[in-house]
Amino acid sequence: MGKQLLMGNEAMALGAIRAGVQVVTGYPGTPSSEVLENIAKHNKNKDIYVEWSVNEKVAMEIAAGASYAGCRCLVTMKQVGMNVAADPLMNLAYIGIKGGIVVLVADDPGPISSQTEQDTRQFGVFSKIPIFDPSTPTEAYDMIVDAFEYSEKYQTPVIFRPTTRVCHGCDAIELKEDRYENTVEGFVKDSKWVIFPRLSYQAHLRIEDRNPEIAKDFSSYSKNTVQGDGKLGIMTHGNNYGYVMEILERFDLVDQVTILKVATPYPFPEDLALRFLQQVDRVLAVEELSAYLERELIFLCGKHGIQKEILGKLSHHIQAAGENSVEVLTKPILDFLGVKSPESKKMRDVTIPLRPPVLCAGCPHRSSFYTIKKAMKGKKCVFTGDIGCYTLGNAKPLEMVDTCLCMGAGITIAQGIRRAEPDTTSFAFIGDSTFFHSGITGIVNAVYNQTDMILVVLDNGTTAMTGKQPHPGTGMTMMENMSGQIRIPDLLRAIGIRDLIELDPFDLETCKSEIVRLSEGRGVRAIVFESPCIKLFKPDTLYYVDEATCVGCKRCVNELGCPAIIKAENGKVRIDESLCYGCSICAQVCPFHAIKEVE
Amino acid sequence: MLNILLVGVGGQGIVLASKLIAQCGIDAGFQVKTAETIGMAQRGGSVVSHVRLSDREIYSSLIPYGEADVIMGFEPAEVVRNIQYLKNGGKIFVHELPIKPVTDTLSKESYEASDMIAYLKEVTDQVIVMDCTEIFERVNSKQVLNVALLGATFATGSLDIKVSDMEKTIASYIKPQYVDMNLKALKMGAQLAWKGSI
Repeated sequence: MGKQLLMGNEAMALGAIRAGVQVVTGYPGTPSSEVLENIAKHNKNKDIYVEWSVNEKVAMEIAAGASYAGCRCLVTMKQVGMNVAADPLMNLAYIGIKGGIVVLVADDPGPISSQTEQDTRQFGVFSKIPIFDPSTPTEAYDMIVDAFEYSEKYQTPVIFRPTTRVCHGCDAIELKEDRYENTVEGFVKDSKWVIFPRLSYQAHLRIEDRNPEIAKDFSSYSKNTVQGDGKLGIMTHGNNYGYVMEILERFDLVDQVTILKVATPYPFPEDLALRFLQQVDRVLAVEELSAYLERELIFLCGKHGIQKEILGKLSHHIQAAGENSVEVLTKPILDFLGVKSPESKKMRDVTIPLRPPVLCAGCPHRSSFYTIKKAMKGKKCVFTGDIGCYTLGNAKPLEMVDTCLCMGAGITIAQGIRRAEPDTTSFAFIGDSTFFHSGITGIVNAVYNQTDMILVVLDNGTTAMTGKQPHPGTGMTMMENMSGQIRIPDLLRAIGIRDLIELDPFDLETCKSEIVRLSEGRGVRAIVFESPCIKLFKPDTLYYVDEATCVGCKRCVNELGCPAIIKAENGKVRIDESLCYGCSICAQVCPFHAIKEVE
Repeated sequence: MLNILLVGVGGQGIVLASKLIAQCGIDAGFQVKTAETIGMAQRGGSVVSHVRLSDREIYSSLIPYGEADVIMGFEPAEVVRNIQYLKNGGKIFVHELPIKPVTDTLSKESYEASDMIAYLKEVTDQVIVMDCTEIFERVNSKQVLNVALLGATFATGSLDIKVSDMEKTIASYIKPQYVDMNLKALKMGAQLAWKGSI
């Protein structure tokens, strides 16, 4: 078959298929989204059930049900999704499983595109669920098969925790042809599936007995390794292993160290770590997100009365936060090995233009924010935001996102601010996918408690930020069939919101008058802006700046911040036709009517 | 080890170019790793792609600072942003047309591509500056910048991959209707970089 270049997420998808996965659920989130998408892509015979669930909790519970009946299941999410899924997962750890469950949670050191730098390895300790931590896409391809086997061997869900560089890095991988065939027994009624305090107590005892056994088992797991015979120890994990090896080879130091690579951080493979400790005088723990391994090793030293220096994040030898890299780790590793670091090259300072993420040219969110900003000018308002592309509405010149906390919280924070500040008009922005994920409960709460607020749903017909995934409002599923499309306005009316308007965000005049009218009402009111994400269609008209009419006032760009409008040499502006998406709002904003449709 | 860094802006075909190099490397029997910055990158955001080929084990998909044999620059300011990656004696191929971000349009000051190019020339004498406009006109598409830069990079045959290998990869992995256009752009990219004209 030959080697194929595969992104880590695709490798994990193919690994899960090879492991005989039968039910796959998840919610999109960078850097995890491509795992589920690739399972759907390779699901040629449609013999695997794949769905984007409305949120991570739902995804986890569906997998639990399928597992009770005997299916092998994969649940995918990003690290903050784990917080949403925590309720069913914590309980499932006690109940146990029948078909293997692998919960794939992608962590995001940096963070590059997340709200937190939480370390899912810590979730292993908290939930008492075994964790796998792959170091490369190639290793992940094999390891996910092992994860299913351990899950069934010990009757527990397991967590599979890649980080961004494993998810989004690509390796040339030799694919294997075999595929495990799992027989599904079906759901067998038994009191063990019903969680009760008495049962939980017994399960807790069983788990505490079992996990030391797993730790022993993990000490001989082939992907936990001790290599080398130097007196200086480096303990590492995940893609940090690659950085360590790269640095040691570059400075020709491989001979001086012994490396412990921990692929299963929980339950910690104590026996293997003890062998490593016996071999070395001092240890540097090279890890990302938290001092997980460092603490485990310090604990082990205490437990066995071993006096050895363990350095790492806690001793400030490794940076406390942020993503590691060869650049970040070179000095700490060389210092630890007593080698002088090379001088870094001095370069002349130069101003490089910033290129922050911005709303795309033609993005309907720009217009939705702009029209509310204009309509509410001079009034006391708070604009609460949420997670999605529209968080970028916080940037200049729109500055229309005053808060952003977590999925769904725009709606509920708006209610809290309103309770504290009754003279403020609260606008809560939420996207369509986020609305289904965790917006519904918040808005039901507002209706129930009769809060004065305006809900603004920015419905662009897709989960845009993570790559156009379908959701209940789109009527498409991952099994490529149409489902009953759920219309957000119908749903809002059904829970009792009568003052509701559906608007085209690009019709600035209509929007403005309707928003002013709505803002003067009471109770929960709603605006649903409906206009598709530009990734869903091709534009049919574009706009240009008529140089003779343009006076160079720059009102268009200063008010809208559209990336397609750029400075021209003559002090005026011009539109980059390769970026313009024909949304027309610049033409509506120009006081001199200098922006016109391209014939 | 051959390390190639591709830098530019979302929408310029950087990911495809890195896949073509990687595929070429796999077909030639090398170990290959690549990595891209994706995530919140949207149209217009900075994009960096790392491609590493070697005849022995590669540990990390990311090229460390000071280790890039070649930087393929799709946009001049993006090369400056990533200049720390360049190896001593490494080469830069840079398309000189700037793509200005909206933050530049909103601010009073503006950045000039010529300042960026001048800076690169201070850092190294191995800079080849290209204006691919004529190539775009000849094939009637701006989408071939990636392949034109590939032509420039592999033209001399001094790297592990030859331009003839790249021709084969393009013929096998690009949609049939675009193959001719890309092969022309590959050849013109090589001529422009090394002879100064097409």
